[in-house]
Amino acid sequence: METPEQIKARLEAAAPSAKVEILANECAAGERSLLVDAASGFAVSKFLRDDAQLKLDYCSNVTGVDWPDKDLTEKIKVKQVVDGVEKEVEEVKKTLRPGYLEVVYHLYSMELKHGPIVLRLRTANRTDQTHLPSLTPVWRGAEFQEREIYDLYGVIFDGHPDLRRILMWDEFVGFPMRRDYVEPDDFEYEPTPHDEVLDAAKKHYPVEVKAEVKPEVKA
Amino acid sequence: MNAFAAMPPKSFEVKPKLDESGSSIGELLEISMGPHHPSTHGVFRMDVVLDGEKVVKLKPVCGYLHRNHEKIGENISYLASMPYTDRLDYFCSMTNNWAYALTIEKLAGLAVPERAEYIRVIMAELTRLQNHTSLIGFFVHDMGALGTPLMYAFREREKILDLFEEVSGARMMCNYMRFGGVRVDVNDEWLARTKQLVANYGRFLDEFETFLNQNEILLARTQGVSPLTKEQAVNASLTGPLLRAAGVNYDVRKVDKYGIYSRFDFKVPLGEHGDLYDRYMMRVLEMRESIKILNQALRDIPGGPVMDPKAKLRGFRPKPGEVYGRIESPKGELGFYIISDGGPNPYRYRVRPPSFINITILEDMCLGHRVADVIVILGSVDIVLGEVDR
Repeated sequence: METPEQIKARLEAAAPSAKVEILANECAAGERSLLVDAASGFAVSKFLRDDAQLKLDYCSNVTGVDWPDKDLTEKIKVKQVVDGVEKEVEEVKKTLRPGYLEVVYHLYSMELKHGPIVLRLRTANRTDQTHLPSLTPVWRGAEFQEREIYDLYGVIFDGHPDLRRILMWDEFVGFPMRRDYVEPDDFEYEPTPHDEVLDAAKKHYPVEVKAEVKPEVKA
Repeated sequence: MNAFAAMPPKSFEVKPKLDESGSSIGELLEISMGPHHPSTHGVFRMDVVLDGEKVVKLKPVCGYLHRNHEKIGENISYLASMPYTDRLDYFCSMTNNWAYALTIEKLAGLAVPERAEYIRVIMAELTRLQNHTSLIGFFVHDMGALGTPLMYAFREREKILDLFEEVSGARMMCNYMRFGGVRVDVNDEWLARTKQLVANYGRFLDEFETFLNQNEILLARTQGVSPLTKEQAVNASLTGPLLRAAGVNYDVRKVDKYGIYSRFDFKVPLGEHGDLYDRYMMRVLEMRESIKILNQALRDIPGGPVMDPKAKLRGFRPKPGEVYGRIESPKGELGFYIISDGGPNPYRYRVRPPSFINITILEDMCLGHRVADVIVILGSVDIVLGEVDR
């Protein structure tokens, strides 16, 4: 199978607008992945599926990863004049890496029996710009898995045929797989018909029922 | 306010059936199949719209058993996830263990001793035998052969579970494998008993096949029902016997040759039509191949240690990196995707559940068939809700 560099070169030739980056993997046995910008994600995935040398017709695994904001600390050496003598002083430089949500696709070829190619798409941030193109029109097998990512991470897949919650119930608020998710105190609370019955019952009691106050008995 | 307005939704509803111009030409019945119904193999629900007896729409609804297995995996150590993997597909805990152990070994670069590799193959193929046997039992049970065939299947399954219990201490929740080997060694007496069981298994299969292969009801209910084409199956990421019944030659044991599968002589059975009968036959033929593998593994198993002496289970901290490992579980491709940040817990722990992904095109499989076929089609997919919902 082709190396990620070869695929990147051919991708850039086929889709010049696509921004492709190869991400290193610190684990020796693991695969390096192709990071593609969200706008050209759909075109790139079609290329990967239809290209005669790759034929990645089988989308095995789709999953989300949450990367919250992180303070990166870096030590840099700065030349400073201390007491009239120039010295190299170490300074800690802090940079904030803005958080994002990431969707990872593991692609194989059933026809040519090779793989995996790891394809990654990233959202702009974690709050309001969490849209990514859905790859379900390319690989049907991603349908439920993208629904699961929407359910648990809150990534909105544009072009998905049926984007609903799949594992949590429809009324659920929040995305439990995010790193900063906090369980509610009463996490077993679920809106039930029972609450509506109780609300309806309140109409019969216009005045709030208070506990009966016993008159003090004077001796 | 009417108190009945707040009642739970009804389990069925009658809707008008409209033609293209929007005028009513009959009625459609929307029913909720499950979640508490024995034929749904657990707590699984299908929203089905019926025109007469024909299915015109079907939406699977799952999540009743959801416990966010992946979040639990991120909050506990690498070793502590091992018993949790038993609970994914509780019919095949041995293969779940193996998939997880394999992924971590790939991540940390651990070696597995020879004897442990053989034991893993023996356990995985025994798991395949018992899973497929009980699946066929459930399958004919769903078709209306209540009780007897299932009990025949469970009788054989129980013999295999006895072997598991003897070596791991538990029938179903085995928690047997570790990164770098297996937890305890097996003794010669256990191997002899396994040989005996494998030698007799072919006879049981012969008997089972005599009852079922030419059975008139089974043929009528399965042949030509819910056929799948190769393109459909590949595009929907189907794996396991379901994919091979459609005629696609893809078995992770052959493709990845993980463990020591390259040493064994076995074939990958393929179907032609992708219908229910092919899916049934696929399981029977795979069991025959499993018996072949088991015979070879039990013949060649060497002596030696079963754990890598360098493996460190407690306080295990692999180097940063990410890895995807997969095996051929009885239900399809079972994968684990792990991102390590160098800490004691995985940064990301993902399970690729075969039976969850195999129901992606359940609707396409069922459209146009009768409501009674939906039960059999679902049975042929072989889902376990512990894995679907996680």
